[in-house]
Amino acid sequence: MYSFDYHKPASLSDAAALLGKAEEGKLMAGGQTLIPTLKQRLARPTDLIDLGAIAELKGIKEEGGALVIGAMARHADVAASDVVKRMIPGLADLADNIGDAQVRNRGTIGGSIANSDPAADYPSAIVALNATVHTVKRTIAADAFFTGMFETALEEGEIITAIRFPRAEKAAYAKFRNPASRYAVVGAFVARTGGSVRVAITGAAPSVFRWTEAEAALSANWSAAAIDGLSVKADGLNADIHASADYRANLVKVMTKRAVLAAG
Amino acid sequence: MAPLDGIGASLRRKEDQRFLTGKGRYTDDFNRHGQLHAYFLRSPHAHARIRGIDTGRAKAAPGVVDVFTGADTKAIGGLICGWMITSKDGTPMKAGSHRPLAEDKVRYVGDHVAIVIAETYNEAKDAAELIDVDYDVLTAVVVTDKARAPGAPLVHDEIAKNTCYEWSLGDKAATDAAFAKAAHVTKLDIVNNRLVPNAIEPRAAIGDYDSGMDSFTLYTTSQNPHVARLVLSAFNGIAPEHKLRVIAPDVGGGFGSKIFIYAEETVCLWASKQVGRPVKWTGDRSEAFLADAHGRDHVTTAEMAMARDGTILGLRVHTTANLGAYLSTFASCVPTYLYAPLLSGQYRIPAIYAEVDGVYTNTAPVDAYRGAGRPEATFVIERMVETAAREMKIDPAEFRRRNFVPADAFPYQTPVIMTYDSGQYHKVLDEALTLSDYAGFPARKAESAARGKLRGIGFCSYIEACGIAPSAAVGSLGAGVGLWESAKVRFNPTGNVLLYTGSHQHGQGHETTFAQLISTYLGVPTDQVEVIHGDTEKTPFGMGTYGSRSLAVGGSAIVKACEKVIEKGRKIAAHLLEAAEGDIEFKDGKFTVAGTDRAKSIQEIAFAAYVPHNYPQGVEPGLEESAFYDPVNFTFPSGTQVCEVEIDPDTGVTTIVNFVAIDDFGKIINPMIVEGQVHGGIVQGIGQALLENAVYDPESGQLLTGSYMDYTMPRADDVPSFKVGLVETPCPHNPLGVKGCGEAGAIAAPASVMNAVTDAIGKHMQMPATPERVWRAIHGTAV
Repeated sequence: MYSFDYHKPASLSDAAALLGKAEEGKLMAGGQTLIPTLKQRLARPTDLIDLGAIAELKGIKEEGGALVIGAMARHADVAASDVVKRMIPGLADLADNIGDAQVRNRGTIGGSIANSDPAADYPSAIVALNATVHTVKRTIAADAFFTGMFETALEEGEIITAIRFPRAEKAAYAKFRNPASRYAVVGAFVARTGGSVRVAITGAAPSVFRWTEAEAALSANWSAAAIDGLSVKADGLNADIHASADYRANLVKVMTKRAVLAAG
Repeated sequence: MAPLDGIGASLRRKEDQRFLTGKGRYTDDFNRHGQLHAYFLRSPHAHARIRGIDTGRAKAAPGVVDVFTGADTKAIGGLICGWMITSKDGTPMKAGSHRPLAEDKVRYVGDHVAIVIAETYNEAKDAAELIDVDYDVLTAVVVTDKARAPGAPLVHDEIAKNTCYEWSLGDKAATDAAFAKAAHVTKLDIVNNRLVPNAIEPRAAIGDYDSGMDSFTLYTTSQNPHVARLVLSAFNGIAPEHKLRVIAPDVGGGFGSKIFIYAEETVCLWASKQVGRPVKWTGDRSEAFLADAHGRDHVTTAEMAMARDGTILGLRVHTTANLGAYLSTFASCVPTYLYAPLLSGQYRIPAIYAEVDGVYTNTAPVDAYRGAGRPEATFVIERMVETAAREMKIDPAEFRRRNFVPADAFPYQTPVIMTYDSGQYHKVLDEALTLSDYAGFPARKAESAARGKLRGIGFCSYIEACGIAPSAAVGSLGAGVGLWESAKVRFNPTGNVLLYTGSHQHGQGHETTFAQLISTYLGVPTDQVEVIHGDTEKTPFGMGTYGSRSLAVGGSAIVKACEKVIEKGRKIAAHLLEAAEGDIEFKDGKFTVAGTDRAKSIQEIAFAAYVPHNYPQGVEPGLEESAFYDPVNFTFPSGTQVCEVEIDPDTGVTTIVNFVAIDDFGKIINPMIVEGQVHGGIVQGIGQALLENAVYDPESGQLLTGSYMDYTMPRADDVPSFKVGLVETPCPHNPLGVKGCGEAGAIAAPASVMNAVTDAIGKHMQMPATPERVWRAIHGTAV
């Protein structure tokens, strides 16, 4: 790790001011990607601004029929939240299976989606549940938020404050874990919200994407069998030493079916 | 009454108090006065010529005391390989120059280029980035078949075809003749995947030169501190043996990877005199992946000839072993003498012929890793036996029974050096079949099929050779060291015992098991015994711990030392009890005049020995005895594992649903510790079969699995509960009747798991059986 100045502001305005002053500032939420990156000397920020003490970013609540999760809610908080379990149990289940216990006790929903790791779990839930990302400046629709591998619609210095999820009638996540890292090789989140079906796939491609054929099939017939006749093209899917594009294409289908079964 | 904490007691491990409460003292826990910190600059290239190194900016960086490169360290002798292998044409193996810091070329990613020594670790690391190395990057050779191809780049310019040796064992003509009369021949191509050892404690070293005494002390993560001292003295020339103390304190796992003498400790030790202050290096996990000696990495073609009834007639094996870029300390013997002599397995095979080519590549050195050659041999013979049985439509258990060495045939001479001393292979197999409910398997398979799953069952009936010995025999095969062990039993005047052993514990529980020997042999309870190891200034010269040798060889030395204590004690007791020496019996810690109740405890005798006011004439005071034990043969643990798997054809995920291991380790000292060793070994074996794989990019030679993000270590939720059992056939040639248990699980599990996987999918496939590979095998698309 290279040396840097560490800050722990108590408010969003202080955080923004610190970031503005820093030569090369970096925001830190749970640090589950950033800290290993720093330890590997793959990043060299002058200033690290820890968002952990900002009360405005915390909390999980029901608001106007929707579920609102503060950006600094840890995965373990989401997994254990009675509000989440009551409103969107599939989301609590997703959080409960991120990484391992250590990661879940540090990692946050805001940090995860801001990082936009192609193998992260949360992006699939954000997109499939048609959530809205709230930032210090604006709200961003799920479909507009994830723009590529490690890329989002966030502007420089724009801090996520909360994520707002409409309540779904059915929602579940099925993941095929990388046996080493336990990131998603492929994760499928299926949701039916207000009669509309969304299927979002993470891990398989450079960024989360909607599998529109499956959405159409499930809209017509909400059952795992509805997926049987579909096929997924391997073109453009990720390939690495753990899974080829062909295998990922297979897993997109298998995991989507399993998510539908889990959603009931 | 015999003490309750002696042989046979599942005593809790004495050492766990400190290990589990964070009070262990590992190399990194030591800090010497005035200590500096080292960082090694490593090669980012798999193969490159070094045109020049400019250390000027690094030397001027904050906190830096000095920087050394290969040009500065020419006085250090090269790193050695301690076992000479002779090729089948009679020529000696070709060991390329192995400099502690690279001079002309770098030969793998992670190769050592320079050491930066600074006041803090971070300053050393920062300064290393300022070293300017002018590399001429060369084409790398990563896999052995390419390394042997005509025109391939040479890892060592002077070694043609990148070939260290072309070695053979066995009778080629007899084997050819056996194949000529075969009714059936089974042939398989077998890959034994490369593994990274992953001890929980990364390697570390502190070199400490004392100018007043003109002597060196090395704290290091070693499995064999005396061997390290010998090599650092005699070959690296750092200091004569009497001026070098090597301390291997608590060591957090080794699995073989800490047997070897590496560049890091060699250079830190040397540098401590150059800079006049202690030099400490602690490797991080990334360095462990890159530069700890790896394990396995064989490519084999095996053929086995059978008569019509399944009787094995002959076995022919050709193996190419990837040795990596340099010969590590014992690298040469692992794919040769620790491998091919085990190819007979538990079977009567009249003719065996094995050829092994040792090949250099631009990858990390490969050396002994838990099992060391024996897992590779076991995997070959057990995959062959299982496959032959299936091809010949003979039940695999029955096929084994027909070919086992029967219990009345010991000692049994194989065609490949070994003389098996004892075993009950049929009995072990039968117990494994019962415990695994083999008879119920077809019903379980049908039940799985009804749920859309594929179920398979696989066996592995393994043999291993432990307690590598005797010295004269291994010497005749090329070993550069003797393979005996030492022990010293010292009674204190108050009757408690210090037990010194030349073996070394790094997780095995010696402090408990060895104390249990003292309890049984001398009647001193284990809480009155302290086991001392790991310091060349405290313990007698010893060979260390590897090859499941500590109890069979080191424990036997302890017994010999105990016998000497009893003999001396008998003389003292006879005097004190005014009886003839021949009338004194020793039992349960008491010397008794036979047929009477007149007795002296061993503690009373010890006191008399140190306060010899009333003492026999001509007997030396004191009660302290040493012994060295050189065995007459290897020991041959054996056993059978039965693994049952269920495979999800949609994803290729393999789940182990049942796992049985019946082992014959001879006499058992501490059943709980043995069971722990079995569990750990099986988990490592399952890791190799299903999860672990060290992958280099075939073009660039970069290690693609350089962290736990990509290298899959087995975790608790990857493995089932194991059902284990023991059959005890005492080893006939050591005083304890013990055989060794440390490696068996890792030796056998790859074959039992892969036999189950291949049974489930009905096809041969290579390790590791990752989900995608299994899925492709099921669905017919080649990996």
